[in-house]
Amino acid sequence: MASSESLLPVTSQHDPLSESSSNSIPETRRGKPIHLVVYSGFLLIALYITLIVTHTRPVRTKGANDEKTAASRARLAGVSEKSNDHIWKISDDREGEAFAWNNTMLSWQRTAFHFQPEKNWMNDPDGPLFYKGWYHFFYQYNPNAAVWGDIVWGHAVSKDLIHWLHLPFAMVPDQWYDANGVWTGSATFLDDGSIVMLYTGSTDKFVQVQNLAYPEDPNDPLLLKWTKFSGNPVLEPPPGIGDKDFRDPTTAWKTSDGKWRITIGSKINRTGISLVYDTVDFKTYEKHDILLHHVPNTGMWECVDFYPVSKTKHHGLDTSVNGPDVRHIVKASMDDTRIDHFAIGTYYDSNGTWVPDNPSIDVGISTGLRYDYGKFYASKTFYDQHKGRRILWGWIGESDSEAADVQKGWSSVQAIPRTVVLDKKTRKNLIQWPVKEIESLRLRSKKFHKKIGPGTVVPVDVGPADQIDIEADCETSGGATLRGALGPFGFSILADQSLSEQTLVYFYVTKGKDSKLKTFFCTDTSKSTMANDVVKPVYGSFVPVLKGEKLTMRILVDHSIVEGFGQGGRTCITSRVYPTKAIYGATKLFLFNNAIDATVTASFKVWQMNSAFIHPYSSVDDLVVPSST
Amino acid sequence: MKKMVVVMMIMMVMVMVSEASMIEQTCKETPDFNLCVSLLDSDPRGSSADTSGLALILVDKIKGLATKTLKEINSLYKKRPELKQALDECSRRYKTILKADVPEAIEAISKGVPKFGEDGVIDAGVEAAVCEGEFKGKSPLTSLTKSMQKVSNVTRAIVRMLL
Repeated sequence: MASSESLLPVTSQHDPLSESSSNSIPETRRGKPIHLVVYSGFLLIALYITLIVTHTRPVRTKGANDEKTAASRARLAGVSEKSNDHIWKISDDREGEAFAWNNTMLSWQRTAFHFQPEKNWMNDPDGPLFYKGWYHFFYQYNPNAAVWGDIVWGHAVSKDLIHWLHLPFAMVPDQWYDANGVWTGSATFLDDGSIVMLYTGSTDKFVQVQNLAYPEDPNDPLLLKWTKFSGNPVLEPPPGIGDKDFRDPTTAWKTSDGKWRITIGSKINRTGISLVYDTVDFKTYEKHDILLHHVPNTGMWECVDFYPVSKTKHHGLDTSVNGPDVRHIVKASMDDTRIDHFAIGTYYDSNGTWVPDNPSIDVGISTGLRYDYGKFYASKTFYDQHKGRRILWGWIGESDSEAADVQKGWSSVQAIPRTVVLDKKTRKNLIQWPVKEIESLRLRSKKFHKKIGPGTVVPVDVGPADQIDIEADCETSGGATLRGALGPFGFSILADQSLSEQTLVYFYVTKGKDSKLKTFFCTDTSKSTMANDVVKPVYGSFVPVLKGEKLTMRILVDHSIVEGFGQGGRTCITSRVYPTKAIYGATKLFLFNNAIDATVTASFKVWQMNSAFIHPYSSVDDLVVPSST
Repeated sequence: MKKMVVVMMIMMVMVMVSEASMIEQTCKETPDFNLCVSLLDSDPRGSSADTSGLALILVDKIKGLATKTLKEINSLYKKRPELKQALDECSRRYKTILKADVPEAIEAISKGVPKFGEDGVIDAGVEAAVCEGEFKGKSPLTSLTKSMQKVSNVTRAIVRMLL
């Protein structure tokens, strides 16, 4: 390999003796300067080309160092760290025992009332909708393994968003335009009530395209079979957009001139963007020159979602609703960080653009808003016209090793569907809450009223404690009147008797210089298990608490998944937990107060939760009437 | 002219120099420059690969290393029968690398959803670390497991460039 040092300058055929003479006659040497100029010119061009070629690859600043910076910035802001960072520490801080998962521990992890297929891998929710009496849920599924791959559309139906019945696959990769994957998509209801589905296909040449599909038989309430439009794909990556940066089309909404409009996430260099297309028939589209929105340095935007929320009403809105009472949400899943972000803003129908209310917490900014400050990705909402609600689905992946997933034979669950509304009191965040139908799973309950002093942990006797629903409100008294912290205080769940394993869901209140209280809602999984091959993050975020409000939290515990809701759903945290000892009959519940000198009074109710008995559909299921809510 | 030919040769050499440094440029952004360069330089596909291609070469190295380690694990059953329990766990972990992590990474990187490739690559390092931990400090596989963790780290850095 040549290096520049070995390059010898081309010597022109000049007489070496001439260099020593200081006063040579110029006329005899006139030819040489021109050769030198030509030579240097070529050399400069060659050097310039070298420089261009070596610098066209953008110098990556997103290396390990940036992750650490992002993590510490996140820590300061009190929001969840990029959970992948924790895996890196395994070989360094081995907490001692060598550890092997056995089938008892692994089989306990399966959830009782969260949606999951019978086996194998699942990821993004797809095309959720309500039709002819059934809620439909489709999802990314690998029929062959407990890791991502070979993706098809799984399908399930339910009368109440809780009791799900598995159906055959809705779509599989059987066309050239989705041969390498039937990926994420969304449903739209046309004016006549019929359904169109737009989804991303990975073609036989690995290009990401958008395809149209619709129910083969609209009279079939189970929507078992789907027909793919013969003219697919309906959209290919436009000029300037990478073949692999074009996926996850949204539900369409009506524009004021009667067309349908969709948006699709992508990226240009490191800027996350959302492209806009108009259509009348879902077969041909006009691409807008202007983007719906874009935010620099956020990377690829996956699973973009766009929908209206009411400023004043407490119900959900159809995706096409617009008007003065409405704000619009733009949400995207950030490929770089695996975090779902959203922002509240104003939509301009005339040119298909959207502007955030607060650009400093724009979509994808690390200190911006998230649906969930724990593990929650690829989320998607739909308008439930049956009950007038906007409902949110979120994919909750595993935080354990793939060896464990392979051994237990499955990977991933979905969050319990949540209603989403604008927080009427603050107008600056959304409120999410598990759908009311989940209460149909509540069995016997126990009510408690406990006052616990600083530095105390008290057991809460509820019997089995791995399938429970807790609703609590707390008040603190005493405590530092000077600057200081109150708490943390809350629940120790999925704990064993000796507290060698425990997951903490709690509030932490700080008092700033201005005497203003600032409250954080957190989940600490760092001691949730003795196992050393799982990720054990501490998640948390600031939660708005208005004057006169008590601190309230709700916790759904369902084996290896915990969903926490602070202040009625202003801040939500979902986590995955894999205890080795605190399982089956050994799982206990505790209430704790780690404040230095504040007393906590907690009023709470704990319900045992029934299983949802999710199973494959059979004709008998049509006759079952679900308990009403 | 002879001079023109020489100048042209210089230009070609400069272009060659800059192509080889695509690997160097990429490896500079990984936690282990020397390992990265040695793995990629030694592979004939390396000189003409884009970032995606370089990532796939390294996933292939992970596959090769896992296969080699499994062979070693199998040979240890006879030589060190007292280590059976740890070897069983290691065998399970390394089989996961071959059967789950590697295929997932190859499919994800090829199809342009690199985050799943990152998952598979990270997990290869995790499985190696867990295996190593099984021996409580007296591992006969240390150099192999440490290699896997290092290769996993480098590969992950390159996969992240695709996000």
